[in-house]
Amino acid sequence: MIVELGHYSLVLALFMALLQASLPLVGAARGQLALMALANSTAVAQLVLVGFAFAALVHAYVTSDFSVVNVVENSHSLKPLLYKVTGVWGNHEGSMVLWVLILSLYGAAVALFGGNLPPALRARVLAVQGMIGAAFLLFILLTSNPFIREFPAPLDGKGLNPLLQDPGLAFHPPFLYLGYVGFSMAFSFAVAALIEGRVDAAWARWVRPWTLAAWCALTCGIAMGSWWAYYVLGWGGWWAWDPVENASFMPWLAGTALLHSAIVVEKRNALKSWAVLLAIIAFSLSLIGTFLVRSGVLTSVHAFAVDPARGAFILALLVVAIGGSLTLYAIRAPALKTGGLFAPISRGGALVLNNLLLATAAATVFVGTLYPLFLDAVGGGKVSVGAPFYSATFVPLMVPLLVTLVFGPLLAWKRGDLAGALGRLKFAFAAAAAVALATFWLATGGPVGAVFGMALAAWIFAGTALEYADRIRLLRAPPGESWRRARNLPRAAYGMTIAHLGVAILVTGVTASAWQVERVETMRPGDAVDVAGYSFRFAGTQPVAGPNYTAQRGRFVVTRDGAPVTVMQPEKRFYPVQRMPITDAAIHTNGFADLYAVIADTAGDDGAWVVRLYYNPLVPWIWFGAIIMALGGLVSLSDRRLRIGVPVRRTAAAPVAPARA
Amino acid sequence: MRRLLFILPLALFVVLAGYFTLGLFRDPSVLPSVLIDKPAPEFALPALGDKPGLATADLAGGVALVNFFASWCVPCRAEHPMLMRLADEDHVALYGIDYKDKPEEAKRLLAQLGDPYRRIGVDHDGRTAIDFGVYGVPETYVLDKAGRIRFRQVGPITQEDYERKILPLLKQLGAS
Repeated sequence: MIVELGHYSLVLALFMALLQASLPLVGAARGQLALMALANSTAVAQLVLVGFAFAALVHAYVTSDFSVVNVVENSHSLKPLLYKVTGVWGNHEGSMVLWVLILSLYGAAVALFGGNLPPALRARVLAVQGMIGAAFLLFILLTSNPFIREFPAPLDGKGLNPLLQDPGLAFHPPFLYLGYVGFSMAFSFAVAALIEGRVDAAWARWVRPWTLAAWCALTCGIAMGSWWAYYVLGWGGWWAWDPVENASFMPWLAGTALLHSAIVVEKRNALKSWAVLLAIIAFSLSLIGTFLVRSGVLTSVHAFAVDPARGAFILALLVVAIGGSLTLYAIRAPALKTGGLFAPISRGGALVLNNLLLATAAATVFVGTLYPLFLDAVGGGKVSVGAPFYSATFVPLMVPLLVTLVFGPLLAWKRGDLAGALGRLKFAFAAAAAVALATFWLATGGPVGAVFGMALAAWIFAGTALEYADRIRLLRAPPGESWRRARNLPRAAYGMTIAHLGVAILVTGVTASAWQVERVETMRPGDAVDVAGYSFRFAGTQPVAGPNYTAQRGRFVVTRDGAPVTVMQPEKRFYPVQRMPITDAAIHTNGFADLYAVIADTAGDDGAWVVRLYYNPLVPWIWFGAIIMALGGLVSLSDRRLRIGVPVRRTAAAPVAPARA
Repeated sequence: MRRLLFILPLALFVVLAGYFTLGLFRDPSVLPSVLIDKPAPEFALPALGDKPGLATADLAGGVALVNFFASWCVPCRAEHPMLMRLADEDHVALYGIDYKDKPEEAKRLLAQLGDPYRRIGVDHDGRTAIDFGVYGVPETYVLDKAGRIRFRQVGPITQEDYERKILPLLKQLGAS
C-alpha cells in the first residue's frame, strides 16, 4: 500500500512540476502576481510529494518488501540495515528518485528563502526548475519506475553489488547529486536572465550562493568518490580518469570557473554573457554526466544501468534542455550589454585568465572522455584514453592556473600593479625555492616535475598566506589594528583564503604520488618484504565470516628498523549471494603517508598469496585539501552579503522590459 | 560576425548530440581488433636475460600465440598457470612480450612461477603494444602460419576461453 502511495505521489509531483513549469511563466510575462506566486506553492508541494515517494521507497527497502522488483534486484534480507538504506540509491531507479528529490529540495529552497528576489525573476527561475523536474519525473515514470510490483514475490532478493556495500558509498552519491543538481539553480537563473534579457550585479549576487553550495557539495562528492576508489578498489590509486570520474570533474571545473566569473560580473559588471554561458555549460555537463553513466554509451564500472531505451530518453532530454538553452543564448545573449572595462593586468584580467584555463581544462577532459566515442562512431575502432593523455594536456593547463592563482587577489580591480605584486611575493618565491631544494635533497632527486609540483604547492600556500597578512597589515600595523582588520574582513575573503590554502594542500598530495612505492609479490607465510623502509612480514591468512560474506583475512606485521609499526589485516571477501569476490585493502596512515596492503589471489597450496603493498606518501593530503577547499566555500557561503543587504535592483519596481539590443 | 560567436556553442552541441545518437546504438563491451586478418606489426624486441629476444620473423612458419604480460599485473599471475599448461601439455608455440616492466622483476616472476615462453621480447616503452593495439595486460593474440593476426583475447585466458575459442581456432589453423 505504501509503495502504491509512493508511486501515486510521484505522479502527482509530475503534475505539480508541469504546473510550475507553465503558469508562472505566463504570469511573469503578463505581470500577474497571483500566477507568479503559484511557482512557490507548487515548488513546496513538489518537495513534499517527491519526499514522500522517496520515503516510501526507503520503507520498502528497510522492510525488505520483495514484492517490489527494485528491492528484489538490489537488496537482500541479510544485508546490514545501513546498506538496505543506501541500496535505495545504489541502483539506477532509486538514484534517479534521489536526483529529483534533491532537485525539488533546491526548488523549495528558492520558494521559501528567495524572498529578496524580484517576483518575476523568481517565477521564471522556478518555472525552469519545474521543466527540469517534469522531464526527470517523466523519465522515472516511463522508463525507470522503482515502484513496480512482482507477483508472486520471491523469497529473497538478489543483493546489492558488494563494491557498493561500503560506508563511503552511503554519502558519495547524495553529495555528488547535491552538486550536479545544484548547478541546475545556476542554469535556471541563467535561462531566466536570458528570458528577461538582463544580467547585472544583483543577478550575479543571487546566483553565487547557489553555485557555491553546489560547488562545495560536488567538491566533497568527488573527494569521497576518489577516497572510496582508493580504499575499495585495491589498486593503490585515487584517480583513474575513468569516464565517470571525468563526468563529475567536468561540471566541477565549469562550476569553479563560474564561481570566479560571477565575481567579475558582480564587481565589474563585465563578462556577463560568458557567465551565463558557463552556468548553462556547468549544468549541461552534469546532465551529460548523467547520460554517460546511465546510457552505457561509454564503458565503465559505474554503468549499472545499460539500457538503450533510457539512453534514448536522456538523449532527448539533453537535446531539449541543452539545445533549448543554447538556442535561447544564441538569440538573447548578443543583446546583453557589456559593462566595465579593465586592463589585462588587474584582478579582472587574472580572473579572465583563470576562466580561460579552467574552461580549456574542462574542454580537454571532455575531449579525452568522449574521444573514444567519436572515433567509434566514425568507425575508427575502439580506443581508450588514459592517464598519459591527461598528464600531457591537463597538467600543463593547471600549472599556469596555479601560478597565477596567487597574483589575482593581490591585484587591484581595474588596473593592477604587477611589479608591486611581485615584490610582495618575494617571500613566496623564497618559500617555493626552499621547498624545491628540500624536496630534491630529501627525495634524493625524483622526477623533476614532482619537485616542481612541490614548489608550486609551497608557492600557493605562502602566496595566499602573504596576501592575507597583507590585508590585515600584519606586522606593519600595531597588533590591535591587525586584529581589528582581521575581524572586519568579510567572510567571503576568508573563504577565498581557506579554499586557496586547500588547493595548496591538494597539490602537495597529488604531486607526492610520484614517490609512490609499489611492490607486487607472491608471499608465503613467514616471508618478509621491504617497502620504502618498512618491513612487511606476512603471517598467513585465516577464514573469517562477515554478516553477508565470508573472507580470508591476511595478517601483515609491519616494522621499521625492528620497531613495530602496525598490524595490517587486508581481506579477500566473497559474497555468496552475488557470487562475487571483493578485495578489502588495509590502510595504515599517520597523516603524512599511507601504508596500503592488499591480498589479491591465492598462489598455490602452501598458503602463498599474490600481495600488493604500497607506500603512498602524503596521499591523505589530497582529501584533506579537498575538504579544506569545500570548507572555504562554506565560509564564503556564510557571508552576510549573500543573505541580506542584497541591493535592490535598480529597476526592480519597473515592469519587466524585453531585451534591448 | 559577433552573433556567430554566440551561435557557436549551439553548433558544437548539435554535432555532439549527433555523435551521442550514433554512440547509443553501439555495444561498448565488444573490443574487436582492427588488425584481425592483417599481418602482425613489425617489431624486433631485445631479450630478457639469456633467452633470445623476439622479432616478427620469429613468429613466421607456424601458428603462434603472442602473450603480453608484466610482473606488476595481477591478472597475469592469475593467467600464468594456464599458460604453463598450454606450453607444457599442449605444446602450443607461446611467445611472450614483457610490457613496460623492469627486467629484473620479470625475471623474478618467471623464476618463481615458471617460464612458459619459447622466446620473450622486452617492450620497455610499450611501443610494440601500441602497434598491436593492446588495451591492457594480459592480452593474447593468435597468429596463423602466414603471420596474420586471427584472434585477440583481452584479459586473462580462462579455461572456458581456451576450450571454446582458442583451441578450435588452433585446430582450424592446423597447429600441430
